[in-house]
Amino acid sequence: MAEELKKTPLYETHLKYGGRIIDFEGWALPVQFSSIKEEHHACRNAAALWDVSDMGELLVEGPGALDLLQFLLVNDIAKGYPGRVIYSPMCYPNGGVVDDMMVVCLKDGKYLLVINAGNIDKDFEWVSGAAKYFRDVTVKNLSKDIAEVALQGPNSERILQRIAKYPLNEIKYYHGVEHVDVAGIDTLITRTGYTGEDGFEIYCKASDGPALFDAIMDADDGDGLVPAGLGCRDTLRFEASMPLYGQELDANHGPLEAGLGRFVAFQKGTYFVGSRALMEQREKGLPSKLVGLEMVDKGVPRTGYKVFDESGEKELGYVTTGSYSPTLDKYLAMAFVPVDYSSIGTKLTVEVRGKKLLAEVVKMPFYKREGKKK
Amino acid sequence: MTYPANLKYTETHEYAKVEGNKAYVGITNYAQDQLGDIVFVELPEVGRVVKKGEVFSTVESVKAVSDCYAPVSGKIVEVNSKLSDSPELLNQDPHGEGWICAIEMSDPSELGKLMDSASYAKHAEQGGGHH
Repeated sequence: MAEELKKTPLYETHLKYGGRIIDFEGWALPVQFSSIKEEHHACRNAAALWDVSDMGELLVEGPGALDLLQFLLVNDIAKGYPGRVIYSPMCYPNGGVVDDMMVVCLKDGKYLLVINAGNIDKDFEWVSGAAKYFRDVTVKNLSKDIAEVALQGPNSERILQRIAKYPLNEIKYYHGVEHVDVAGIDTLITRTGYTGEDGFEIYCKASDGPALFDAIMDADDGDGLVPAGLGCRDTLRFEASMPLYGQELDANHGPLEAGLGRFVAFQKGTYFVGSRALMEQREKGLPSKLVGLEMVDKGVPRTGYKVFDESGEKELGYVTTGSYSPTLDKYLAMAFVPVDYSSIGTKLTVEVRGKKLLAEVVKMPFYKREGKKK
Repeated sequence: MTYPANLKYTETHEYAKVEGNKAYVGITNYAQDQLGDIVFVELPEVGRVVKKGEVFSTVESVKAVSDCYAPVSGKIVEVNSKLSDSPELLNQDPHGEGWICAIEMSDPSELGKLMDSASYAKHAEQGGGHH
């Protein structure tokens, strides 16, 4: 293990619970504790707990905060109110993506931007750079000061309620509450996640992270809660067809291509970075489109594998994420292909170790939980 | 982790279980543990002739793709077709039910170059070299 890997405040906690540590974007984080499949199924059927303190947090505050965010983000942040959480990509002028994030609207016109671990420095530079042109707004990088854990799965509410002094059933999906006492720790709780299950993301002071993780693990009372790693975090978000920056979204592939048009608020009434390019894409047609693929021939389509037409002669695009799906017991992929090849039922091939294996375009998300809470 | 004394091992974490002139080959308990949940095994074709050290199968876990190198030279005479639908046998019983194929050895003296269980256990304990 290289010594320069960054450690989250919960590094020792991972070791204590038997995590297998790997290098993830320069962070020393557990890929698994028991097994990726076991942890995956635990999240779908019971509950799983992750340390996601590698995620970054930027605090944007001041009377000009909303104007800055309306300018930088493609979604309509004016729809926010204290306690609301809004997902938004943040685009370059050419429509490519700087990062995608959760915007947690806090009290007193403050906003917490929860950003991807690998993009913290780039985002801070981008957001604070733009902030110079706005009045009365400051941007702080709180990434090192905050620990974050994700508790996901159908039993999450029951487990967390045992130690949280707040009626959790009152927190609706994509909403959050500040200053909730969880086992004596001051936390921010949002009902959000990256797994396709019900659950919570819980933020606290970095130094409280280990105690928070332990308190949640200890609150389990036969509910099947397990500590979980990066491996199943990826398979879970993949089944739910949630984008991962660097794979489904990047500087060359914008939100429309990734199928995230519902988060692009063209009608919000203010100019935003990327709006012209995205508008042009919408009018003239997308350069490519993200599709779901199910393998007909047996094989594992993996990130970066090439996608061809059915005959295998014409190269069309590539797999952004591909994996065995533990819940559906299928080999699935997301891939960028030209719009003409994106309709459901289209037969395509994926090149796996020199062989063109047959696949079919299927609907996304691959997995959707029943009785999804609104 | 234990490694049966009746098997021979490679540095790249395959084993050979000799029965007559055939060697049943697969990946070791150490290899399956390092890979994690195995979700796909690309089986070789029966009749294919392989040389010692040549890739004869590819094993894929949720996170990784790993080539398997033939511990001995010879002709592949049997494959474990159960692995097509149950690749997890490699995790559950790597040295037994999780065998990948049988090679009819063309040069049984190659077995002498493989490790015994004690040397392999030491090799795995030290991190398994360059796999």
